[in-house]
Amino acid sequence: MRKADTCYSNIIMFLTNTRRVIRAGFISFWRNRVISLASVLIMTVTLFVIGFVIFLGALFQSSLEQIRGKVDVNVYFVTDAPEEDIFVLRDSLSELPEVASVSYTSREEALANFRERHKDDYLTIQALDELDDNPLGASVGIKAKETAQYESIAKFLEEQSALAKGKYSIIDKINYEQNKVAINRLTKILAGAEKIGFAVTVFLVLISIIITFNTIRLAIYTSRDEIAVMRLVGAGNKYIQGPFVVEGIMYGLFSAAITLILFYPITLWLGDVTDNFFGGINLFEYYVSNFTQILLIITLSGVVLGTISSMLAVRKYLRV
Amino acid sequence: MVNFEKEDAMIYFDKVSKKYNDNTMALDQVSFSVAPGEFVSIVGHSGAGKTTLVKMLLAEERPTEGAVFFESVDIHTLNKRSVTDLRRRIGIVFQDFRLLPNKTAYENIAFAMEAAGRTDAEIASDVPQVLELVDLGEKVWNFPHQLSGGERQRVAIARAIINQPDLLIADEPTGNLDPINTFEIIQILQKINDMGTTVVLTTHNKGVIDSLEKRVITMEGGKIIRDDEKGRYVL
Repeated sequence: MRKADTCYSNIIMFLTNTRRVIRAGFISFWRNRVISLASVLIMTVTLFVIGFVIFLGALFQSSLEQIRGKVDVNVYFVTDAPEEDIFVLRDSLSELPEVASVSYTSREEALANFRERHKDDYLTIQALDELDDNPLGASVGIKAKETAQYESIAKFLEEQSALAKGKYSIIDKINYEQNKVAINRLTKILAGAEKIGFAVTVFLVLISIIITFNTIRLAIYTSRDEIAVMRLVGAGNKYIQGPFVVEGIMYGLFSAAITLILFYPITLWLGDVTDNFFGGINLFEYYVSNFTQILLIITLSGVVLGTISSMLAVRKYLRV
Repeated sequence: MVNFEKEDAMIYFDKVSKKYNDNTMALDQVSFSVAPGEFVSIVGHSGAGKTTLVKMLLAEERPTEGAVFFESVDIHTLNKRSVTDLRRRIGIVFQDFRLLPNKTAYENIAFAMEAAGRTDAEIASDVPQVLELVDLGEKVWNFPHQLSGGERQRVAIARAIINQPDLLIADEPTGNLDPINTFEIIQILQKINDMGTTVVLTTHNKGVIDSLEKRVITMEGGKIIRDDEKGRYVL
């Protein structure tokens, strides 16, 4: 019975202390509102950086997709290649693990495309009309999953072509060799850009975290005498630390709210610009459709940053 | 010389020396004891070692040699938690008040009770009583910067005694006060001592010592040079 009583009163005490700590944190946040405001603003900048990193990542990703989508390898077939043979090659290509998609353009389609492209070029069309037969061969366009994989796809095609040489090759030419330099360079640029982007991201996030940490440390530095007094009055370390941590969490929540609200008009404004410039992605739509995820990342970053900064900063003045 | 056995004493300094890094001797082989319920004044010039002695009692400083006992326990062998418990049994008043600037007078006092884990009901009933004892009047909801020096020291004393400590240490409590406030603060300390709390007062105010007619320990250069029952300020 006794034991149950002490256990019960311990729980009551814990709840009372928790309530007091939270209350003290709120009161202190309000009474030190100038310092709180400064901390919230600085942390907002940090969360902004984190948010922009998310957006830039999305823009970068979609731009890369776009560029990657423009790279392909075309296989042109001789004009009298039987369609069944082309289909066999097409099917074996699409079975390759590196290949994302294969598109077939028949001779008739190729001609129609050609006519469409040159519809203002009267001379060319006239010359074409002079011919009895369709001069264009069918072709297969191949898209790889990664730009680096075109090399091996090209090799596969050459082997196919070489194998068939003995009797009769249906492949007229592969434009990989022409594109090779461009593709290689693009592969390198993409890899480099990804690395640099990552490094810049880490750098920016790190700097803003350090600045936030320092701001909170300065805010708590002004309370160091208070902490000393609390210790002398006999307050336990957790009881002293608690309100500061609550304040840190509040900085995080307020900053996250400000950041998320400000992102709304900003992405709305930037949406059209990015849509036109980068193509494919509208920042505003991205923000709205990924809102839950961004909200979680921003809020958690703020709360974790506030909590850890406060805890470390107070701990410095708690050493006996 | 007043002498007690270690066992009955509340405070017992056993040949305590403190040497700081720059080789200054703040305390030099200091031994004395204080019985429960005593009112002891420690006097001496600045740098005589009074503040070091107080810090020793609060386990803020460690002795280079010797040991400090509080109710027969060597306080420098205590762990962090026990030091916190010890501090809850000792009330402290400083010359510079050391109130929490962002809390009202009432909250400053209540904080000491909260820190000691008292219930809301206890806080609601005890704080007004203590405020009456130190006679703060209507200013309980003011912040420290809205109070005069004398009023701040009253709040500090109220905070120091709110948890009914066994020992009250007043380190130069009147150093920043005018004569009238000084007199009133000393009267409050005497009232607290009459109610049974042991009081250790450090001061260099001659008038205070001479009017008290209580035990006086005189220090100079880190040593105790006099220890008189019903002493006077002789330096």
